[in-house]
Formats: sequence, C-alpha cells, structure tokens
Amino acid sequence: MQERIPFYLLVILLIVVGTGSAVYRHLNQQVPWLPGQTREIWDVEARLEFSAPNTGVIARLAIPESQPGFTLLRQGTASPGYGLSYLTEGLAPAVRWSTEAADGKQVLYYRARFLVDPKADQAWPKPPLQNSEPIVPEQVRLAADQLISQAQQRAADEITLAAQLMRLLFEDQQGELLRQERSNGEAAMLLMQLAALPARQVTALKLRSGRRNQNSLSYLMVYGDQQVAFFNLTNGKEGRPERLLIWEMRDQPLIDVEGGRSTRLSFSMLREELAVQDALEQKYDDLSLVQVSLHSLPLQEQQLFRGLLLIPVGVMVVLMMRVLVGLRTSGTFMPVLIALALMQTELGAGLAGFVLVVLAGLIVRGYLSRLNLLLVARISAVIIVVILLTATFSVIAYNLRIVAGLNIIFFPMIIIAWTIERLSLLWEEEGAEEVFKQGGGSLLVALLAYMVMLNTLIQHLTFNFPGLQLVLLGAILLLGRYTGYRLVELVRFSPMLRQPEDKK
Amino acid sequence: MSWIASPAQLKRRGVLGMNRRNIMLIGQHNDRRRFPLVDDKLKTKQLAEEAGIAAPGLISLIQYQHQVRRIEQLLAEHSCFCIKPAKGSGGKGILVIHDHDNQNYFKPNNQSVSLPELKRHLSNILAGLFSLGGQPDKAIIESLIHFDNRFARYSFEGVPDIRIIVFRGYPVMAMMRLSTEASDGKANLHQGAVGVGLHIDNGKAAYAVQFDKPVAEHPDTGQALDQLVIPEWRKLLVMAARCYEITGLGYLGVDIVLDAHQGPMLLELNARPGLAIQIANNVGLEQRMSQLQTVIPQNLSPLDRVSAVQQLFQSS
Repeated sequence: MQERIPFYLLVILLIVVGTGSAVYRHLNQQVPWLPGQTREIWDVEARLEFSAPNTGVIARLAIPESQPGFTLLRQGTASPGYGLSYLTEGLAPAVRWSTEAADGKQVLYYRARFLVDPKADQAWPKPPLQNSEPIVPEQVRLAADQLISQAQQRAADEITLAAQLMRLLFEDQQGELLRQERSNGEAAMLLMQLAALPARQVTALKLRSGRRNQNSLSYLMVYGDQQVAFFNLTNGKEGRPERLLIWEMRDQPLIDVEGGRSTRLSFSMLREELAVQDALEQKYDDLSLVQVSLHSLPLQEQQLFRGLLLIPVGVMVVLMMRVLVGLRTSGTFMPVLIALALMQTELGAGLAGFVLVVLAGLIVRGYLSRLNLLLVARISAVIIVVILLTATFSVIAYNLRIVAGLNIIFFPMIIIAWTIERLSLLWEEEGAEEVFKQGGGSLLVALLAYMVMLNTLIQHLTFNFPGLQLVLLGAILLLGRYTGYRLVELVRFSPMLRQPEDKK
Repeated sequence: MSWIASPAQLKRRGVLGMNRRNIMLIGQHNDRRRFPLVDDKLKTKQLAEEAGIAAPGLISLIQYQHQVRRIEQLLAEHSCFCIKPAKGSGGKGILVIHDHDNQNYFKPNNQSVSLPELKRHLSNILAGLFSLGGQPDKAIIESLIHFDNRFARYSFEGVPDIRIIVFRGYPVMAMMRLSTEASDGKANLHQGAVGVGLHIDNGKAAYAVQFDKPVAEHPDTGQALDQLVIPEWRKLLVMAARCYEITGLGYLGVDIVLDAHQGPMLLELNARPGLAIQIANNVGLEQRMSQLQTVIPQNLSPLDRVSAVQQLFQSS
C-alpha cells in the first residue's frame, strides 16, 4: 500500500511531463494539434535591371531578414557571370554582385522564401541613434514647431504623437508647406527628429500572389515604448497591413549600383500553401539543439520513426483488449505486428494474404507433424515453407493482376511460423473451434490496432509530439494496476446472479 | 439483462476477476521465486515426498532424446501409465495409457497411439512444446491412479480430480471436476467437464455446472450430482493446507485425486489457479477470503487451520 503514492506520483509525473512537452511544442514551435493544416509561404523575387557601358560593376542590394510575422526560410540569386557575396555579418544584410566587365542590359535576380509565421522569434531592429537636431530654415522650423505643439496636445505617448504628426503633415496647411520642398519621407523624418521621436524610414513590399513588376513602398517606422508603429508614407495612414514584408529596415540604401545606369528594381511574388510539417522542417532546417526534433532526421529515418512511434499505440490497443475486454489472442503482441504489416500493404490484400498463408501453413504443418521432427526443426521448416508460399502467392497474384503485387513480404515470417505452430497445436488439443476463436480474436485485435494506427490524427500526434509517448506510458502503467472486472467476465459470471445466493 | 452482469452486482457477490486475481492475489501473495516449485511437476513431487504427502509414483523421468529411442523397453513392464510434461500447464501434453502391447498404446477411450506417435509426443515434450515459454522440458512417466469405483458413475472415461483453493494456508473453496463426453475425458471446465462445488466443512456437493450452467446430473451417466460426497474429506483439506507450508505460496490451487488403494494423492499444484471454481460453487472467492481475513488468527498449524475453515464455512 505504501508503494501506491510513489506509483501514482510517477504516473502523474509522466503524464504531466508528456503533455507539458507536447504543449510546449505546440506553443513554442507552432506544431498544430491537428493534421492537414497548411502554412503560407511566399517566394519573393527582386529583379535588378541596369545597363552597363562595358565597365566593371559592383551592385549592392539590401535584402530582407526574418522579422515579426515572417521567417526567412531560404534565399538565393540568379546572376550568371557575376561574383556573389552575401553581406549578412554586418548590421545591414545585403547581397553584392560584382563583375569585371559588363556590357549592355544586365538583369540580376535575388530570391527569398518566407514563411508567414505569427510566432517568428525575430525582434525588430533597435531604433536608430538620435542625431542632433537637423538644421533647417527658420520658416520650416516654425511650421514644424507649430505642428509639434499642436500634436502634443492630443497625444499621450510616442506612437500617438507620431500618429497626430502624420495626420497634420498630410492634412494641415503647415504640413503641406513642409512637403513642398521634400519628399513625404523626408518631411516625416524631419518632423520626427524635431519631435525627438525614434523613427526610421523603411522599404516594404505588399505581398500579393502572382503579382509581377511590383514596386516597393515607403513606410515610416516609429518606435514606441514597447511596440513599433508603421505609417504609410504616401498617405500618412497608420498600421501595418497583413502580408507587409519589410524589405529593408537598417537605414541603408535599397540599391547601390556602381558602374551601371538607368537602374530599375522590381519585385514579383508567389504564394504557396505548404503542409505544416514541411514548413516547420524548412524553418528548423538550421536548428539549434533546443529545437531538435524528429524532423531533423533524414527523410528515410523519419519514415522509420513514424512507424516505430505508432507501435506503442498498437500495444495500448492490445493491452486494453486484454485487460478491459479480456479478448484472447494467440501470441500477445502478434496483433500489433500484423497491424504494422497491414499498414504496409492494402487492407484487403493484406488480410487475404495473411489468412491464405496461415491456412496453407497449417496444412503443411499437418504433414510435417507426421514426420516426427524435433520442434525447432519443424518450426524452421515451417518458416521456409511460409517464405515459399509468400513468394508463390505474390507471383501468382501479380501475374493474374489481382492486386499490384501481394505485399505479404512485410509480414514477419518467423512470427507467422510460430503462429502456425501454435494454432496447429491448439487444433490438435482443443479442436478447430478454439483455433478460430483465438485466430479470429487475433485478427480482430489486429484490425482494431490497424484502424487506430492508420488514423491520421494519431499518426500526426505520435510523430510530432514524441512527448505524448510518456502519457501513453503513464496510461499503460495505470492499466497495469487495473483490478476491475473484464468485460467478458461480466458475461462469464452472469449465471451466478441468476441463481439465488447460497448462504453458507 | 441477464446475460451480462453489472460490475457492482458481481462485486456484491464477492466474485473475483482475472485482473484482481493477478494483481491482488498472485502479485501480492505468490513470490515469483517460488513459482518453479509448482511449475515443475518434478519439483512438486520431490517436495511432496519430503513432506510425506502421497503422490502418484514415478516410473521414469525422460530427460534426453536418446532415452526416447528405447522407450518401449522401459515401458514394457508397466501396463498402464501416464506421461506428463514437467512444466506443462492447463493439462496440456498429458497422455494417459491404460494398456498396450508394445506396439500400440491405448488411451482410456480405447483410441490407440502407435509407438512412433508416442515417441514423437515425448520428443515434443522434451523440445518444450507444452511448457510455459517453450523452454526445454522433461517428461514424467508416472503410475496411473487406480480409479475409485465409488466415482464410476460420476465420470466419463477420465479420473475425476479435486481442486482446492488454499489462501494463505486456509482451504477456502473446493470443487470436483468430472470429465464428460463433451470434454473428451479431460477435466477442464472450459472444455465441457462438469464442475461440482463442494462444501468446505463436509465435502458434500453444493452446486454443479457444465459450460457455466447449473446441472443436476452427470450429462453422460445420468448420476444425480447432489449425492456426491468425498470420502476422507478432512484428510484432503489437511493435505491441501500443508501445501502452503511446503511451497510458501499464499494463493494456491491444489489438485488431488482419489486412488482406490492409497487414498488421496497430490496430483499437482498451481500458482495461478483459475476462476471457474466460483461458478461451480456459485460463490465468489473474494467473499470467502474477506470472511476469512476478518476472523482467523495467524500462525496456526495446518490441522488447526482446517478446523477453523470447517467452522467458518459451515453449510446449513
């Protein structure tokens, strides 16, 4: 009885750790609970076009990075004849192309693949250092000060102040005065600097699927206490639209071409739906140790583990049928092996193949039993016969085009041989009825395990949340202590209730 | 809903279930290390001999394949015998021969077994075909029980045996198993043998079932079963109770046969006795055990324990 408390503590611990790890994986790495969910992936291509008068060329293009909302999965360039270097170590990521001599029209491509990722772990870059106040003509200064004091009356913090300033800049007459001599971006930046608001001008792309020849947009990014706000610099409206990818946010020029003329940059983009697993696989392609998961294994091993991690579920089914229902099977875990084999084949073909091989094996075993062989020799003989039978049936089935190859090769031959041996003994000792009872029971449990293991939700959960195996382990431990009646016992002992109790 | 019982109803009747038996009785009262004592019939035989408990005489022990080759010489001088795997369970692999002419060996139902078949059977036993987990085994050849004619009309072909469940040294429940035509001369209840529940205090029939249904008479001989009385009943109880001391197993099934000349003999012991005895008695084992646990003091001698249960489980 004293063992009870540690036992239940262990079970609770297993279940808590198991569910905990699953919840962690769900929250932190966004592994969804349900299968079949997809993630949005964007392929964005920047096309840099210029003409060169047969000179050396150095072209530099600012490139995007992971940011809140987007995770960069992959990038690449297409630029035949150009030397290429990624400048990603410094503060401002960029790609640099260079060539000794370029003549005529040149086109360079940079391509990036982004995962729309609400849980991207990248933060916005730090705000720029505050420069000393810019020197501006007195007239401008006065207008700006007026706007700032006007805005300050209606603002509570940096972001609301910036919002008021942007509104005034685009609606007020003083604002228009400011915008007369400079671009919207410059005017906005000037205001922000005079108001001592940390802000920077960024280049953004609105992602729309299948669009080509898109231009970049200018946005103003204002740093508040905790968050950042974006303002569209063509109309002063606040907010970051969905699917707005910030291409450049490190205060560097978007493009810089040395030796080229009539430079033009345009973008095209394509949206793609990807199964969550594939998306995650790409996201954690270069993973840190913390995020090690089965997805980091080569595809073939992943496939193997997909199967392996299902076995505990099958075992659980067998256990429940035994302990809760009381179904007898020939060979405790043989049903799991049959179920695994069925998953490799087609259900109907697999079942037919299995029954056929066992029946044929029983007939052969009947003959072998007359030869007076030692047990191990007899089972070895049955194994060989089973393999030959399998091969024969496969060839016949294939040639008759019954099914595309009767894939009973996946059945564990040795297990089948033992099953045949046991069933034939059972036949001799207890009669055919018991053979069909136990054989049928095994097949029934195998079918049940097969159906559970085939369930896409179960497959998804076992593979993506290996922690759930601990929950299964806890449940199995609990079942191991189950002392209640089995279902068949309720029937078996029911005659006792029909008779009056015999008082003694 | 009479074909299915609710768990609460069974619990009220004190019926013991398989899971509970495994965890609460076998798991807690039967030390794993002592299992070999009862799983190996040869060891059981030796234990019984040391303790002075009567058991069928050993004719021969077959351990090696070469012994099988000359088996007809060995058996020539014994007209009837019984071959058992030492580690067999559930009556598997037991072959009873009641006559032979050195070429053909006859089972009680006069089916003949040829000598090669007999040898194959022995080889199978040695290879572990009938043993738990398929480990290599030994074959025991022992002298046949002399059928007590008082039970002639109670049994079809086979020798009836008596199963007594001994819980922590106290016999708590008993039944006699009568083979029938349906059970093919075997005494296994699930194969159709009749189980007759016995009153613990006097060895008289209390209740009887075949295929889990109550019966009043033997299906083949028509003998009324309520007439059944086991002679020397107290001797059987004491024999069963003493098996607790020699094995140290707290939950034990003791199988006893009645020999016409030598009286009760210990046939085998079982560390995992089945639950059908409850149906044969129409009483739950759990009920008997809880009755016992509240009343009985510890550290009694086998004789005192038998007296105690005869007192406790009085019929009428």
